Amino acid sequence: MAEPFTILTSLPMPLIRDNIDTDQIIPSREMKSTGKTSLADGLFAGWRYKEIGGREPDPEFVMNDPAYADSTVILGGANFGSGSSREHAVWALAEYGFRAVIAQSFAPIFAGNCVRNGILPAMLDSAAITAVERSGAPVTIDLQARTISIASGQSWTFPIEEEAKAMLLEGLDAIDLSLKLADNISTWQDADRSARPWIYLGVNT
Amino acid sequence: MTGERTLFDKLWDSHVVAELPGGSALVAIDRVFLHERTGAAALNSLAEAGRKVADPSRVFAVTDHIVDTRPGRTDQTLMPGGQAFITETRAAAKAAGITLFDVNDPDQGIVHVISPELGIVLPGCTLIAPDSHTCTQGAFGALAWGIGSSEAEHAMATGTLRLSKPKAMRVRFTGRLNKGITPKDMILTLLAQYGAAGGKGHAVEFAGEAVLALDMEGRMTLCNMATEFSAMSGFIAPDQQTFDYLEGRRYAPEGTQWRQALASWQELGSDAGAVFDQEIEIDASSITPMVSWGTNPGQTIGIDAVVPDDAEAAPLDYIGLARGQAIKGVPIDAAFIGSCTNSRLSDLRRAAALLQGREIADGVKAICVPGSSRVKREAEAEGLDLIFENAGFEWRESGCSMCFYAGGESFAAGSRVISTTNRNFESRQGPNVRTHIASPETVVASAIAGMIADPGELI
Ligand code: SF4
Repeated sequence: MAEPFTILTSLPMPLIRDNIDTDQIIPSREMKSTGKTSLADGLFAGWRYKEIGGREPDPEFVMNDPAYADSTVILGGANFGSGSSREHAVWALAEYGFRAVIAQSFAPIFAGNCVRNGILPAMLDSAAITAVERSGAPVTIDLQARTISIASGQSWTFPIEEEAKAMLLEGLDAIDLSLKLADNISTWQDADRSARPWIYLGVNT
Repeated sequence: MTGERTLFDKLWDSHVVAELPGGSALVAIDRVFLHERTGAAALNSLAEAGRKVADPSRVFAVTDHIVDTRPGRTDQTLMPGGQAFITETRAAAKAAGITLFDVNDPDQGIVHVISPELGIVLPGCTLIAPDSHTCTQGAFGALAWGIGSSEAEHAMATGTLRLSKPKAMRVRFTGRLNKGITPKDMILTLLAQYGAAGGKGHAVEFAGEAVLALDMEGRMTLCNMATEFSAMSGFIAPDQQTFDYLEGRRYAPEGTQWRQALASWQELGSDAGAVFDQEIEIDASSITPMVSWGTNPGQTIGIDAVVPDDAEAAPLDYIGLARGQAIKGVPIDAAFIGSCTNSRLSDLRRAAALLQGREIADGVKAICVPGSSRVKREAEAEGLDLIFENAGFEWRESGCSMCFYAGGESFAAGSRVISTTNRNFESRQGPNVRTHIASPETVVASAIAGMIADPGELI
């Protein structure tokens, strides 16, 4: 279960490129752990280190800029998190300490994975993203109010589905939420079992 | 209000367990398929949370992603630390009581190839796997799509997922394909014309004369790349071909249940008056062999075309081509036939028919990886392995193999590969490897020529 997400202030780390796919967030070769941890070292490995498979930081890459060492927010481009459905991308972001990604748009599987791991995927249009970047200052994200603001007083609203918002705000686990509907599920399955018995492999063999 | 529904509406409505606040729904999931790359993580995390797989009889797992594909394989794999993924998935599958198709199981193979072979995917069912190409299985009139590991856990624990309903799109391929043109060329044409984000937010039904004319294996190739179109899934209304394919498969219904199932499956099509949020029509007779030039699958052109004048600099720089350059004739270092897109028996037969009596060009590394152990056996029974080997291809055990790079085996850094796979992303097939995606026919023609070539010139 993730930490509740309420209000967060952080200097956002700008990584404004379109179509950053999950293989760039964590290359397949860096998914060395069979679990959800020990992945942070592989985050953005292809850009972050000088050589493929190496660990010598590439000073050119923004993540290695000491100014952003404490950033918990990424400022991205369009179609963030596209490509493979690997949740390792989000696990690596979370383990490294990121709590929010602000981008023009997100790949749906990635956005869903974010919410399930306590990371807010917040959509802003490109003008707003540029304004945040140019300000070079921390942003404050208020999830309850659905606002992102900067010190100059500029503020934008971002869309988020009610359920995703509730899950992030309260740090709720989706499985627990759904298990509250266990009665609905078993009633539905009982009816379905007579309508489509072939779906239920355990009881018909 | 006509009451006329799309196939997608029917698949969706028949699985809604409850409406959720905020407009999403709790949707019943009929089948879950795991693989060794993420299976242990999902099963272990479930167990650690003290939860159980609600119905293990409807959850399956396979070793396909990082398993070795060289002959005589064991749990050892070239990916550093890869063996742990296999052994931990095996242990977790056993503990959870789910069915695993293990490394040397006769039914082992790429998840999206074996699920249909075993009759695990069925028309009208919902099937998920933590793999974005799960949409391949939509070819059977199922709603099948890729999810993350947390959602796999959710589905296993509750038998459901929480989902917002995507919009409905229909892509109709009218008319007929010309000789030698394949389903891979159809989907690449859609991607070239409408872009890699063209299906975003939509569930896509493939329809039209040219789609119905495809066999089940061709339909799977078409649906396979719905995810490259950014669609939630792709699917095709089931018909007699679908039913014939499934009848008698291990997990398909039998006897009275088969007849009952057939009656229900025959209802699975879009009603004549059903309205889609978006419709696309493509004339199948206009389709030519297609090859990708860039680093996303939408960056694709016809074999006789040139790299577009407005091509972006970054993909050109990576792939090493120039605006206005002809794609035909670009020298290649390697050729790959395999993956859940194009590794079924019919793909291998068509490739072998072109290879027969020919040899690949000097210096080209060529590999053929059957999509499943069953495909491999059937191909060998027909002598296809010998045709591949005599022509200079390596013949492998089944698995994902070099469709993607997991830190193990790959093509040489920077090499140019023509490949029947579905993704041409940077370093997808190995560090700095440049991938051109195309049909098996185009891959074979190119392997023979040592450069990107038009299969039409071989036929
Ligand atoms: S063959 Fe390639 S695309 Fe298909 S499931 Fe395996 S890795 Fe994914």
